[in-house]
Amino acid sequence: MNAPLEAVPLTAKDFKSDYKPVWCPGCGDYSVLSAVTKALAMLNLRPENVAVVSGIGCSSRIPAYTTCYGFHGVHGRSLPAATGLKAARPDLTVLVASGDGDGYSIGGNHFLHACRRNVDLTYIVMDNHVYGMTKGQPSPTTEPDWSSKLAPGGTGLREFHPLVIALASGANFIARAFSGDPNGTANLIAEAIRHPGFSFLEVLSPCVTFRPEQRQWKDRAHPAPVAATDDPVRAARRILTDDGFNIGVLFRGKRPAFKTGGAAATHSPDDLAAAFRL
Amino acid sequence: MRKHPPRRKPQPVTGAYEEFMARAYTMELEAIERYAQFAEQLDTHNNREVASLFRKLSQVESLHAKRILEEMRWPSMPALGPAYAWDGPEGPETAPFDALHYLMQPYHALQIALQCESQAQQYYESIASSKAPRRVRTAAAEMAEEEREHVRLIRAWISKVPKPAEGWDQDPDPPRMSE
Repeated sequence: MNAPLEAVPLTAKDFKSDYKPVWCPGCGDYSVLSAVTKALAMLNLRPENVAVVSGIGCSSRIPAYTTCYGFHGVHGRSLPAATGLKAARPDLTVLVASGDGDGYSIGGNHFLHACRRNVDLTYIVMDNHVYGMTKGQPSPTTEPDWSSKLAPGGTGLREFHPLVIALASGANFIARAFSGDPNGTANLIAEAIRHPGFSFLEVLSPCVTFRPEQRQWKDRAHPAPVAATDDPVRAARRILTDDGFNIGVLFRGKRPAFKTGGAAATHSPDDLAAAFRL
Repeated sequence: MRKHPPRRKPQPVTGAYEEFMARAYTMELEAIERYAQFAEQLDTHNNREVASLFRKLSQVESLHAKRILEEMRWPSMPALGPAYAWDGPEGPETAPFDALHYLMQPYHALQIALQCESQAQQYYESIASSKAPRRVRTAAAEMAEEEREHVRLIRAWISKVPKPAEGWDQDPDPPRMSE
C-alpha cells in the first residue's frame, strides 16, 4: 500500500499543519509560510525528511504551522540547534527560521559562526526591522531615525547589514526575497535549499502592526538587475551599494559544505540520556 | 506526523487548450486558498463577519474550479509545467497577503474581491485578444464574460453593505499581542 504513495508528489497543502497561525492579519510571515510549503513541494521533499528549527519571535512560530519535524528553541539559538541536528542527521533537509531580533541581535554571534562553518542549512530570516512580538522595540535592522513610543526620535544607531555580514563570514549562498511575492520567495527558498552549504535568505516581511508604513515595500521591491555572482568581492560591492530592495540571488558561492559525517547518527535515545546523566 | 491519503498521480497537460484550462484551474485554486487563509486569519482575530464573507468567496471560487474539472473531465488537477509563471507575483485572481486589517469590514473584503475579479477579467480578455489558438481564445472570451458577470455581482453586493466611516481602523485599545 505504501509503495505507490511514495511516487506521488505532495502539494504545498501537505506541508501545512492543522494549527492556525496567530500572526496579525496582513503580516508578511503568512506569505513566507506559504512560500516554504510551496518550495518543499516543488523539491519533491516529504515532511518526514525535513526539519524546521526556530528561535523566538513571530517568525519563529513557523515550525508549528508545518507538518515537518519542528524544533521551537530558545531565543537566538536556532542555528546551534539546527547545526547539531544536521550534524547528527545529515539526511534531513534542515530549514532554520528566524527574525531580525532573534537572528541578528540575540543570535548574532551564532549567525557569524554558522556562516563560517558552512553546514548545509537554509537560514530564512523574516526581517521587519522591529521586535513585533514584544511590542515594537527597535531591532538591529531598524533605521536610526525610526521614532516610536519606545524609542522617541529613533535610536540614532546605524543599522546592521546582515547580507554583508553573511558574505564576510562565509555564507555560501545569499539572497533577498520579499514576502509580497510568495511564489518568487518559494523559488528562492527552493534554490537556497538546493545550494550546498550555508544558504542565507533574508525575506523582507512587513510588520503591519508596528511598522504599517512597510506596506509600501511592495512599491520599492524590485528584481536584482544583475545575475548572481560567485565572486565575493563583486558581491560585496553589489550588496553594499544596493538600495536594500534588490530581490533575487546576490551571491552563489563555491565553498564545499562542512562535512557532517555522511551518515545518520545511530545513538539511541537511551545513549543520549546516558550522555547527559550527571 | 500526518499520513497522506492515496491520490491519483497528476497527468501532464497535452495541448495549448488543456494548458490554458489548467492555468485557469490553478488560478481558481490559488484564489480559493487565499480566501480561506483570510477567513482563518480573521477568525483568529474574532472578526467573524468578514471571516464568514471570505469563506463564502472561497466557496464561490471552489464552484468555479469544480466546473473546470467537470468540463475538462479531469479527475484531478493535471500536472502543469511552470505552474506559477504568472506575470505578477501571483495569479490574477489572488488577493495579496497584506490586503487585510483586523478591523476591516465587509465593504473592504468586497473591494478586495472586486479587484481580484477585475484582474481575472483583464487576464482573460488579454488572452482572448492575443494570437493564441482559436480554441483558447474562444474559451478565454467565455471566461472573461464570466468574470465580467462576477464583477457586476460584486459591485451589486458592495452597494448593499455600509461604507465604513472615517477612522474605521482606529482602535482605542489596540491589541499589542496577537494572543
